Amino acid sequence: MNSPLDPQTGPQFSAQPQALHQRAQDNLHFIRTSMERATSFTGVSGKSYCVAGVTVLIATAVAQQQSGPAAWLTVWMIELALAASIILWMTMRKAQAQGGSLWSSNGRKLLAAFTPAMVVGGVLTVSCALQEAYDWLPGIWLSLYGAAIMTAGAYSVAIIPVMGAVLLLCGSVVLLLNIDAALLFGLIMGSVHILFGLLIWRSHGG
Amino acid sequence: MAAKPKPVKSAPQTETPALSALTSTSGERGDFDRLIHERSRLAIVSALAVNKSLSFNDLKSVLAISDGNLSSHARKLEDAGYILCEKRFENRVPNTCYSLTPAGKKALKHYISHMESLIAAVKHS
Repeated sequence: MNSPLDPQTGPQFSAQPQALHQRAQDNLHFIRTSMERATSFTGVSGKSYCVAGVTVLIATAVAQQQSGPAAWLTVWMIELALAASIILWMTMRKAQAQGGSLWSSNGRKLLAAFTPAMVVGGVLTVSCALQEAYDWLPGIWLSLYGAAIMTAGAYSVAIIPVMGAVLLLCGSVVLLLNIDAALLFGLIMGSVHILFGLLIWRSHGG
Repeated sequence: MAAKPKPVKSAPQTETPALSALTSTSGERGDFDRLIHERSRLAIVSALAVNKSLSFNDLKSVLAISDGNLSSHARKLEDAGYILCEKRFENRVPNTCYSLTPAGKKALKHYISHMESLIAAVKHS
């Protein structure tokens, strides 16, 4: 994460001597920047990632037992709704417990950054389902979910973009090597959520 | 062809009474709070102003400074009574949490109004 104290990435201040009122304006700008950086960045619930990871692993086992690809897809759509609800609910609770809100300035930015890649993922899922190209879905889901997490992570703790990068890398490998990743997808998604959930939980609370 | 440089008017050396009152009292900076004027400490106080409490790691992430720097600046703010430091254990792991005290909130509010007054004084002069 960029530091507000870093002269390269923080608010820019002129090296030239400044008038008092300009320095006062810089100071107020610095306070505002520091406050914006600190709001709701810890709202992401590590515990919710762990719980969601466990549900992903359960869904992996259930999806593997399905006879057709349409049923396999249905299992994952239900799992998506379940995991998203768990993460959203627990994150809202954590933000409230911290005296903040998910709908704060940074919370809204985080959601806005997360949404576009997820919308593209939804469109591609429908397109693949219509063309019965189910084999592409695990790679697409991993890549686009990873991209969504990476961009949203810019407004959250530093470890979140790392999680996104790991998922994006896995998705890229699956897509480029054309691996049959129906099982691998669930294992990667579940284990990455549990691992990073524990790291967030440990460093920034549940 | 190079343009002939225009003579530059020098700024007036005298301060307005309003500016003077804000910046100088008995040769010092009046009620200007030097403790939170320092950038790291100002960032700590600002970050805590919008959070009920933040852990040591959270503050370190926001400010992106070293453990030593954060500890040293936080200690100075704690000594001044601006922030409260609570050391507790979560799942047997030590966790240091900081929160802003009423005195710290007042100091930040005062600092902000001081800056705003300074800007206003220059605008009106």
